[in-house]
Amino acid sequence: MESVLKISNLNLFYNNVQALYNIDMDIKMNHVTAFIGPSGCGKSTLLRCLNRMNDLIENCRIEGSIQLDGAEIYDKNQDVVSLRTRVGMVFQKPNPFPKTIYENVAYGLRCQGINDKKILDEVVEKSLRKAALWEEVKDRLGQNALRLSGGQQQRLCIARAIAMEPEVILMDEPTSALDPIATAKIEELIQDLKAEYTIVIVTHSMQQAARISDETAFFLMGELIEMNTTKKLFQLPNDKRTEDYITGRFG
Amino acid sequence: MNIKKEKNLRRAFFFIALSTLSVLAIITLFIFFEGIPLINKVGVFKFLFGMKWAPSQGLYGIFPMIIGTLSVTLGAALIGVPVALCVSIFLTEFAPKQIRMFMRSTIQLLAGIPSVVYGFWGLTFIVPFIRDYLGGPGLSILAGSLILAIMILPTIISISEVSLLALPGLYKQGSLALGATHWQTIWRVLIPAAKSGIMAAIILGIGRAIGETMAVIMVLGNAVALPNSILDPARTLTTNIGIEMGYASGDHQQALFATGIVLLVMIMILNSAAQYIVRKK
Repeated sequence: MESVLKISNLNLFYNNVQALYNIDMDIKMNHVTAFIGPSGCGKSTLLRCLNRMNDLIENCRIEGSIQLDGAEIYDKNQDVVSLRTRVGMVFQKPNPFPKTIYENVAYGLRCQGINDKKILDEVVEKSLRKAALWEEVKDRLGQNALRLSGGQQQRLCIARAIAMEPEVILMDEPTSALDPIATAKIEELIQDLKAEYTIVIVTHSMQQAARISDETAFFLMGELIEMNTTKKLFQLPNDKRTEDYITGRFG
Repeated sequence: MNIKKEKNLRRAFFFIALSTLSVLAIITLFIFFEGIPLINKVGVFKFLFGMKWAPSQGLYGIFPMIIGTLSVTLGAALIGVPVALCVSIFLTEFAPKQIRMFMRSTIQLLAGIPSVVYGFWGLTFIVPFIRDYLGGPGLSILAGSLILAIMILPTIISISEVSLLALPGLYKQGSLALGATHWQTIWRVLIPAAKSGIMAAIILGIGRAIGETMAVIMVLGNAVALPNSILDPARTLTTNIGIEMGYASGDHQQALFATGIVLLVMIMILNSAAQYIVRKK
């Protein structure tokens, strides 16, 4: 199976405090990869390395290599803007812009200079359909996105990411602010999306990782303890610490 | 015993709070009582739109001053608002922490300079500059606009800075994560999202410009005539009161109070507009 992202020997420091230690990892194409581990284990930090969102944090230093389709994303010639159009992101808290539903989905394209109404209409509809939101909003695309429910807002954020046709979609605990029904919808959606996209999801819920992911990586205190197919990691973990965590002995 | 004490204390605080309100009421009533009879005597239309202000002949038309106020204020807004917005965006989005702290306190100082000092500086610097390089008497709408533009900077900068800082960080991250540049993020997401706060800041700044008196008296030339260009002198509603109050009596004094009514109504409209915009959000 081909890998899209290849992380090797990655170390990350905030000021001079090391937050990630020697991470090596391959993320496979059209798979859902889940990052699990207790709070503060570095799973979100690693996720944010993959589209260079950590660039926003002052005094964050990164060593090692991350390759997207074989090209180093931390290369100084790498265009961060184009990287982020290829690696989309959905955040923990739904964060639609205070604009209309339509403009939220069209936003990324408009930033690329695409303003042709025909193209935008098409992409907006296609993205909302893929995010399983079209039927609920097709008659009110001009409405402010902040008036949608939390679950709808999160699916809108997924639609907004999809509109850019990324290769990878990063999701940082996308359901932790949602109720069980909205969560189930998003999980179902993730299953549908992996046919076209590679998905990396950080989750607090081991059940969620078990339900939706193909591969799972377990992190502890900035280290990648174990990565394996989800089935294997939950049924037959190699490492004692993984076993302790998934059986609920800590965390 | 204790409960009674608390009750009395509460009453005392309520009374003190009420007294500030009553000051506003008293001043407003007083101005209206003094000014309304003259407006009735002259006629609302002739008062507001009369072209001639000659108290010695019993002519009380304040139209040139309304135009004076509007043009000086508009000029101040045209110069001051863009500068203030650039500064607040710089402070919230680009400035390193230390520069931000330094600039913020410096801007606060700007608000603390007495307006007479602004006027004095304008009179010795801006007025001769305009006279020498642009022509006219120097004492002019342009000079007044420049001084007021500087004076309203702190108000607009600090309020719009607050409304930009109050935006959830997730807007910015969400936009950048979609491949928007920093500028696109500022221009397409942050500013529209902070729009109501920024509008309120601008309106409050304009309110400050309308009400300013001392600095304007010193640089505006104070001629009571319709100005033809921004290099002409003019008189505003505030300066009219400020200049003539010392020696006015009878109808003349009442006419100044009536000028005050017009001013008060203008400021009230602006302030309620600002509050409405903020609440609408």
